[in-house]
Amino acid sequence: MELLRDNNWVLTVGTFLPMVGVLIMLFIPKADEVAQKAVALTTAVATLAVGVWTLVLFDYGQAEKLQFVADVEWISIIKSSYLIGLDGISLPMYFLSMVVTVLVMIYSWDHIPSPGNPKAFLILMLILQTGMAGTFIAQDLVLFFVFFEVVLLPMYFMIGVWGGEQRQYASLKFFLYTMFGSALMLVAFLALFFKTGAESFAIPYLVENGASIARNTQIWIFAGMFIGFAVKVPMFPFHTWLPDAHTQAPTQGSVILAAILLKLGTYGFIRIAIPVLPEAAKEWAPWIGLLAVIGIIYGALGCLAQTDMKRLIAFSSVAHMGFVMLGISTLTPFGFNAALFGMVAHGLITGMLFFVAGSVKERYHTLEIKRLSGMLKQVPRLGWIMGFCAMASLGLPGLAGFWGEFPAILSAYSPAEGLPEETFRTFMVIAAIGTVFAAGYLLWLYQRTAFGEPSAEFSGHGDGHDDIHDVTKFEWIAWTPLLISIVVFGVYPQLMFDVLDPAVKATLAAFGG
Amino acid sequence: MLSSLLSVVAASDWVSPTIDYHALAPEIVLAAGIVIVLLVDLFTSETNKWLVAPLASFSLLGAFIPVVTIALSDNTMRELFDGRYVVDEFSLVIKGLFILAGYVVVLISTDYLREGDYYQGEYWFLVLTSILGMVMMASSRDLVSIFVALEFLSIPAYMLAAWRKRDLKSNEAGVKYYLLGVFASAIMLYGMSLLYGIANSTLLTDIGETLSSEMTSIRALAILFVIIGFAFKVSAVPFHTWAPDTYEGAPTPVTAFLSVASKAAGFVALVTVIYVAFPYASDVWQPVIWILSVLTMTVGNVLALRQTNFVRMLAYSSISQGGFILMPLAVAGEGTTGQSALRAVVVYLMLYAATNLGVFAIVIAVARKTRSGAIASYGGLFSYAPGLAALMTIFMASLAGIPPLGGWFGKFAAFQAVLSAETNWGYAIAVIGAVNSVVAFGYYGNVLREIWMRPVPDGDTAPVVIQPAIAVALGITGVATLVLGTLPGIVSHFGDLASLSSAFSG
Repeated sequence: MELLRDNNWVLTVGTFLPMVGVLIMLFIPKADEVAQKAVALTTAVATLAVGVWTLVLFDYGQAEKLQFVADVEWISIIKSSYLIGLDGISLPMYFLSMVVTVLVMIYSWDHIPSPGNPKAFLILMLILQTGMAGTFIAQDLVLFFVFFEVVLLPMYFMIGVWGGEQRQYASLKFFLYTMFGSALMLVAFLALFFKTGAESFAIPYLVENGASIARNTQIWIFAGMFIGFAVKVPMFPFHTWLPDAHTQAPTQGSVILAAILLKLGTYGFIRIAIPVLPEAAKEWAPWIGLLAVIGIIYGALGCLAQTDMKRLIAFSSVAHMGFVMLGISTLTPFGFNAALFGMVAHGLITGMLFFVAGSVKERYHTLEIKRLSGMLKQVPRLGWIMGFCAMASLGLPGLAGFWGEFPAILSAYSPAEGLPEETFRTFMVIAAIGTVFAAGYLLWLYQRTAFGEPSAEFSGHGDGHDDIHDVTKFEWIAWTPLLISIVVFGVYPQLMFDVLDPAVKATLAAFGG
Repeated sequence: MLSSLLSVVAASDWVSPTIDYHALAPEIVLAAGIVIVLLVDLFTSETNKWLVAPLASFSLLGAFIPVVTIALSDNTMRELFDGRYVVDEFSLVIKGLFILAGYVVVLISTDYLREGDYYQGEYWFLVLTSILGMVMMASSRDLVSIFVALEFLSIPAYMLAAWRKRDLKSNEAGVKYYLLGVFASAIMLYGMSLLYGIANSTLLTDIGETLSSEMTSIRALAILFVIIGFAFKVSAVPFHTWAPDTYEGAPTPVTAFLSVASKAAGFVALVTVIYVAFPYASDVWQPVIWILSVLTMTVGNVLALRQTNFVRMLAYSSISQGGFILMPLAVAGEGTTGQSALRAVVVYLMLYAATNLGVFAIVIAVARKTRSGAIASYGGLFSYAPGLAALMTIFMASLAGIPPLGGWFGKFAAFQAVLSAETNWGYAIAVIGAVNSVVAFGYYGNVLREIWMRPVPDGDTAPVVIQPAIAVALGITGVATLVLGTLPGIVSHFGDLASLSSAFSG
């Protein structure tokens, strides 16, 4: 594969700039909260500026090739190098991680969750940003593994320190699940390394040489990676950490978790597992598809049973990621495009839903659906935004969610050559039923919380409910970009498909797609 | 027997061996330091005893200089006494590790000793003697010199474990350590005597040659006994029972010393014997080490989960880590795996030493305030000592093997080595190790939970005073853990030790 090496400083700077902010913040006293927030926000904005510059420099005519490639000796003894690059597949996620971090920083300006301490909170968020961005640029398996793991500890602390009532349980569960997955993933990576001749950990090299591994070995190696990535996605039956983590995490943590961290898993399938081990991917695809549709239905049923708004959104993530995985399991460019679009769309929409949930919690001090009602009357703007997000989430055409879900279902109609067509068409039907469920639980949620009269509990003034106010300035600043993107990508999805498509085709070259 | 030996000696003309003093310089500097420390302690008044600690650290730093100059010289393969004492790359790296680890131990002991009103001079004398034994161990390539080095490093350690002589637990620690240590030595000596009977030589290379011809049950028995002897020293399950009690009862700096340096010395001896004397007997020791490794990492982990005392938890954690260090040796005889297995062991020992010493430095600093050894006493540390809390987080994450903190590369190298063997035994132990590394987070994460998420137990949020020596120790170990984790290339080539593993590749 041809690698473009121009401007290769831009990715390193974009990834490690947050660490500079961390260093500066370490020397600012904890009490000076404004300075802490200012430095953190400035760093995030500067990082985003580098991200924008990356978008400008990116050669869209050659989106299928790795660009800004840097290859520096790192751990020469194990033949691992600091090999980074960006193509059409990773560009949207890389950029999204920067956008989300900035928005979350803005939101944090007056929303530092209890027990306070913005210094530690924001430092963790910046470390998280480095880990997320790094995962999307890493083109070496060891480097990928390191970045993939860097996000673990900050998120563990974010949930465990700033989370809800059950935070310690939720954070440990999150950590043990993901660590279990990544430990087996690491073993799989090493097995892959030795089976391809112990030459290199570079992904482009492995893509060229992985196909020569014996079929049975491929299936075993794929199994290791599958567990690592499936836990992160999360796919049924590895999803049980997600509702707990999401429900207990502070708003910022939930947003980052939904918008970026879950995508590390799907990205891993698309970038590593499937292109490197095509034979095993074909063998596994029907099973992945099966688990994906189980996830869709199970997630939807789970949503219908929830009494807590945040937990409901968390379960809806399981369902939505099921659509993404269904698209991936078809092993077709069409399915991959849908999956990648779905990843970004889910990031925007569910991230936004978690923001809304956080703001509801802040105002009403509860997320129990049956205690909330009449939001449209009491906080009309917040109510409308929530309605908008619910519509986007259920896949309303014209909003971004549609372009992730609909093509994913469609792609199951004709999976890649060699995959059982009937099975996938069955999956297609089940997934389509899943969208009906999605409309059901989202509209029902909206109906119960936004319609009707504000409940007596929260409607009285002067008895401690004065803090029920509409959308604030910082919330507007943090949310507007997300809301606009949901519309823009919904109306003009080509914007992203153009970037994705060449890279997806190149990735799936082994499947004759 | 004795008379025949004597007649051999009498018959041959005694030729004084030529001695490469440069190669022996680290040992000589240390020996001189030991004598100086002892004399200064004898002739100084009680008020000036503090002088001894800096002398001890100077002699360690002094011993480090020749290690560096030998490494930089053209000749890094020096054989002394007919190959019974070898200074090569492997031994230099290990000597450097022992000396630096010893230096950090001195740093974390200084204030502990002064405040605890203990005898100081003798302490430094014993620590330096033990380190000298370790440094000798790194070069020993002969059964006799290995045994002498082992006793040299162990006997001072027995006394150090019982240092708090009015404390029953410390006495128990010393006695248990001594009895089981001597028991292990006896088993090992029996194995060594069999080896001498088989090979008619104590030189490891001679033994290696003899064992290459055929394997009989008596030969296998000899190998087994020697390995079991070392299994006691590295506290491998089921020969680990002394470790938790000894670690808990011994003074905390001594525990740090035992769990890092003394353990590493056991591994160094094991590696030397396996690589030089038993390379052709891998059918015998590979299954033994495989089982020891699996048992050690699993049992250590499971028991660590139940601990409420911090140091006891660290004892089991160190047992479990020992299982990971053994892991690559379980397949070291397969094809060209020997090379990467050796690298994994050496790199793991270094990263583990840096991290674990850092943990003990924090334990000493915090226990000085809380006067408690319970894990629960770390509750809310983050709220009143954020710096220590952050460092402890780094060290715990490093022990758990989470990138980008030091420990991950040790685990990575170990996994890499066992998978490079491409055998089913290798794959099996890799998966077991992977699962264990997750379980391990259970107890490391428990510490982090106390520090970050629990309230301060007695509401006492007075800041923790960190003495300068502890601060230096924390600086060294913290920087090492962070830098080696992000740029493991710095140390990974230290494990590239052609001379020792040549038997396997050849």
